[in-house]
Amino acid sequence: MLSIYKVSFKNLLRKKTRSLLTVVGIGLSAWVLASLLGFNSGYESALNKDIDNMGFQVLLTAKGCPYEAATLMLKGGTGLRYMQESITDKVLTHPEVEKITPMLMHAVFDPNKGESGGITAYLGVDPATFPAMKSFLEFQQGQWFSDSEAQEAVMGYEAAELEQREVGDSLLIPEYNIELKVVGVLKRSGTQDDGTIFVPIRAVQSIFDKKGELTALGIKVKKDADIARFEEKLYELPDVQVVSLAQVKQTIMNLVSTAKVMVASIALIAIMISMVGVINTVLMSVFERFQEIGILKSIGAMPWDIFKLIWIETFVMCLLGGIAGTGLSLALSKTTGILLRRLLPYAPTGSLIQLTPEIVAVTLALVLAIGLASGIYPAWRAARVRPLEAIRSEVE
Amino acid sequence: MNDSSVRIAANALTKVYQRGREEIFAIRDISLEIARSEFVAFIGPSGSGKTTLINVLGCLDNPSHGTLSIDGRVIMGGDKALSEKELTRIRRELFGYIFQKFYLISTLTVAENILLPCTFFRKAGTENQLPRLLQLLGIEKRRNHLPAQLSGGEMQRVAIARALINRPSILLADEPTGNLDTARSREIGEILRQLNREEGLTVILVTHNLELARTADRIIELRDGQLHGG
Repeated sequence: MLSIYKVSFKNLLRKKTRSLLTVVGIGLSAWVLASLLGFNSGYESALNKDIDNMGFQVLLTAKGCPYEAATLMLKGGTGLRYMQESITDKVLTHPEVEKITPMLMHAVFDPNKGESGGITAYLGVDPATFPAMKSFLEFQQGQWFSDSEAQEAVMGYEAAELEQREVGDSLLIPEYNIELKVVGVLKRSGTQDDGTIFVPIRAVQSIFDKKGELTALGIKVKKDADIARFEEKLYELPDVQVVSLAQVKQTIMNLVSTAKVMVASIALIAIMISMVGVINTVLMSVFERFQEIGILKSIGAMPWDIFKLIWIETFVMCLLGGIAGTGLSLALSKTTGILLRRLLPYAPTGSLIQLTPEIVAVTLALVLAIGLASGIYPAWRAARVRPLEAIRSEVE
Repeated sequence: MNDSSVRIAANALTKVYQRGREEIFAIRDISLEIARSEFVAFIGPSGSGKTTLINVLGCLDNPSHGTLSIDGRVIMGGDKALSEKELTRIRRELFGYIFQKFYLISTLTVAENILLPCTFFRKAGTENQLPRLLQLLGIEKRRNHLPAQLSGGEMQRVAIARALINRPSILLADEPTGNLDTARSREIGEILRQLNREEGLTVILVTHNLELARTADRIIELRDGQLHGG
C-alpha cells in the first residue's frame, strides 16, 4: 500500500531545483549552527587544555619576581626574588589546594652561548610532585631524575636542540663549573617547557646556594574550589604575588565572547533566512497544489491528513538539510577552525571546533524543530482548503 | 419506487449564493429520488445548476434548504450544515468522484495514483482491488507509468479506478468526458455503463454530451436551477 511518507517525498521531487535549493539553505544553516556550537565547546575546552597543560592554575611567587622565562631573559637573568620554603606548609593548610609543586629558578650568564653569550635558566623542580602535575609531558629520550638531589638535567625539546644535547651528554653550568648529566629530553609540548632545563630542586638549591628558598610555588586547585576567593586568601601571606591562570582565562574568554556574539548573530540570521526559505517553498507548493489538495479531500483526506502530508514534506527537507549541514560541519571542521583562528584575538592550541555526538544531535534536533515550526503555517493553510472551493478555482 | 430501493432522496434542495445583497439560486426546490444501481444523467445548459446539484448530492457542499437522505438516513437536513470533517467522513464511506480534469499526481505512478485514497482511508476488502480495477479499465500495462506518459482517455480511466478503489456505492461523474475526443468519450461512457450493470454501482453523471447521457437509465434536465422533465 502507498504510504503518506512516499506521497510527501515524491511531491518534493516535482520541483527538484526548488526543493534542492531549500535543502541547501537548511544545510548551510545547520553547518553554521553545528560549527558555532562546536566552537563554543571546542574553544573553551582547548583553552582549558592549554591551562591544564601548565599543570597548575595558580602560581605563587615572591613579590616582584619574574614568573616566566621570557621575562627573566629580558631582565638579563637578574631580578629574581625568593620565598622561604616554609611557605608550602602555609599554602597546604588551605582546603582549596589539591597539589603543590615548589620551583626554584636560577639564571646564569653563559659566555659560550651565541655570538656574545647569553642567559641560561635552570628550573629546579621537585621530582616527587612536578612530573605528576605535568603528566602530559612526554619523553623523546630518557626519563625523569634518578634521585631528588642528583646533578642531572631533563631538557625541553627546544633547549636540547639549541644546546645540541642528547641523553648521556653532560651539560656544564658556566661560572660554577658543575656538570649535569642529561637524563632525559622531552618531546615538543608547544609550551614554554620546551625551552626549559629542568634540574632537581635540591640540586639547584645546593649548586646555587639557595637552600630553603623558592622562586615559585605551583598550586593545583581542587575542581570545585572558588579560585577567586582562594587567591584573595593567598594575598594574606606576606610579600607574595599571585599569578592566576583563571584570570588569564577569563580575560581571553571576554575577548573571545565578542567573536562568539558575531558568529552567533551570523548563525541566527542564517537560521532565519532558511526558515523563511522553508515557509516560502512549502507555501508556494501548497498554492500550486490548491486544486489537488481539494481533490485529495474529496477522495477522503481529513484536514489532519493534509496537514501531515505538508508537514512531512517540511520534515524531509529539514532532515536532509540537517544531515547535509552536520555532515559538512564534520567534514570542514578543520577548515572552519583555521578561518576562525584568523578572526580571533587569541586562539589556544588544539582544535577550535569540537563536534561531539551530542552537538550533532542537538543541531539536528534544532534544525528539525525550527523546520517543523516553519511548516506549521503552510500545513495549516493547506488543511483549511475546502474541496469545493479548490475544485472551482482556476489556480493550477 | 419503494423505500428499500431508494439510494438517494432529495427533498426541496435549494442552494442560494449571496452576491452582495442579491440572492442567487443555483438550485431551487429540487426533489428527486435515485434508486440503487440506477444510472442517472443530468443535462442542461451552462449555469443551469447541474454541478451545484451533484456537489450537494455528493456531499461536497451543504444545501441552503431542504434535506438529503442516503439509504433512508437523513444526511443533511435544512438548517444544520455539516462540518468539513463530517462531510469528508460521509464522502469517503459512500462516494467515488470523477472530474473533468483528472487531477492525477504527476510524480506518482498509475498504481500509486489509484491507491492514493487508501493512504487516507481504507475500507475492508480493498486489498485486492488494484489488479481487478487495472484489468477492468484496461490499464494493466500502464501500471508503472507516470501520468505524463498516458493519453487523456487513459488518464480518465486511472481517475475512475481511483474513484472505485474504496468500493463506493455511488459514483459521481462531473463532465468526465469534457477533455476527451468523441471516441474516448464513448469509451468512458461504456465503462460507466459497465460499472453500473456489472458492479451494481449507482452512477450520477453530469454532462453536456447528449450521446454520453443516453447511456444512462434516466436523463434529468435542469434549467435555471430547477428540474425540467425526467
